Amino acid sequence: MKLLAAAGPVIPEYAKHSVACVVHNHTFCWEWVTGNWAAVLWPALRQHIYLVLLAVSIGFALSMALALIAHRYRWFERPTILVTTFLYTIPSLALFELLVAPVGANLYAAEIALVSYTLLVLFRNILTGLRAVPGEVLDAADGMGMTRTQALLQVELPLALPAIIAGLRIAVVTTIALATIVYTIYDAGLGVPIHVALGEGPFKTELIAAGALTIGLAVLCDGALVLTQRALTPWLRARSQGG
Amino acid sequence: MHEFIEAFKFIGRNGAVPGEPNLPSLAHLALETLKVGAIGVGISLVIALPVGVWLGHRHRGSFLAINLGNVGRALPSIVVLAIGDAFLGLGLTVVEVALVILAVPPIITNAYYAIDSVDPDLVDAARGMGMREREVLARVELPLAVPGVFAGIRTAAVFVISTTTIASLAGFSGSLGDVIANETSYHFSGVLGAAICVALLAFAAEGALALLQHILTPRGVRAGGRKRAEPTLGGLGASAAAQA
Repeated sequence: MKLLAAAGPVIPEYAKHSVACVVHNHTFCWEWVTGNWAAVLWPALRQHIYLVLLAVSIGFALSMALALIAHRYRWFERPTILVTTFLYTIPSLALFELLVAPVGANLYAAEIALVSYTLLVLFRNILTGLRAVPGEVLDAADGMGMTRTQALLQVELPLALPAIIAGLRIAVVTTIALATIVYTIYDAGLGVPIHVALGEGPFKTELIAAGALTIGLAVLCDGALVLTQRALTPWLRARSQGG
Repeated sequence: MHEFIEAFKFIGRNGAVPGEPNLPSLAHLALETLKVGAIGVGISLVIALPVGVWLGHRHRGSFLAINLGNVGRALPSIVVLAIGDAFLGLGLTVVEVALVILAVPPIITNAYYAIDSVDPDLVDAARGMGMREREVLARVELPLAVPGVFAGIRTAAVFVISTTTIASLAGFSGSLGDVIANETSYHFSGVLGAAICVALLAFAAEGALALLQHILTPRGVRAGGRKRAEPTLGGLGASAAAQA
């Protein structure tokens, strides 16, 4: 009783920073974004980038290993495509929950799900890229005295780069979109402010801000990968300029 | 393992939860999910197939086809649904609009690539035989493009089932996602059971479409299908469109 009497509002200073725009839930309030950038949006964005970076890195390493095996042993392709297609078909929300039972509602479950969605695209693109290297080019590498490893590192992988990066672009953009669902099992990423905003009314400014950050991040990463590919494959530009 | 056993018991009870008499049955929710998804895919097909096929036939608009696919991948379903909810309220109509926005890009992109990449010599031969444009499209290009066109439809279908369940997170009611979004009533066993049903539903849809594709593919294309290389970059990227 004493406590109740002494207490002010349940949440102190709850409405202190609220501006009219937020109170009336107008379409978009810049004041809210600037006021909550440091506490809400930036941490969520940082976690989102971390989730995606981790998933794509692991997915890339796994797919590269699988593709190299399938490049050498042809029979390996079909089972890998089957398993990765199977994983890819499971709807995201279901896969997250299915992983909670054996793994727990944590970062591991989130990452396993995100990684499993990158495998199909990356594996297919890396393998397609490696297989598209013309036989004559490999013969030339052989004739120059290159070992198989040298030919792979210095000839096949560089020539497969456009296909590999095309796969990476799809994987990165897809994972950025998918990571918004991670919040259902693990409290991280841009899905968190989306979830909060949905619970509050829904609160439009926060939804639009978090949505725009997600899409913006995807566009930015996609552009960065396009530039990376251009920088890494100067011969393609030379060819197209030469006609 | 215990959780999975409980989840299968939940499925066996058709979604009944002791002490919660007013919950809908699992079969009802599964049918609702299928209905919402089928309407979404149906509308998307009506919009996207003619556009993709026509652009592919004319070999025009590759820029549109590629970029539409990329934009489609970058749109997270939960964002589209949440914004629809915030501005219009999340009824069936808004969910269907969201489904169509997300399902149209992969269908257009794949249909475009499938028709565009039909061997030009075959098309020339068809014209040389005196076929009209419409016949070239209906009797040569479309039959040969069935696998590619279906890659897009299958992606869209799985995508739509995935998004229909996510719609429950944004406040929509009437899909298997309702169970996943309501752990308080259903407990984790129910959530897991519903997740299993959603996955099975996606496999069933994918399987049914694969069967339909097999039936519609001309025998000659089917036989040669294995020997032919996988579609490369553009088509490949498109067929593996996002599902968030």
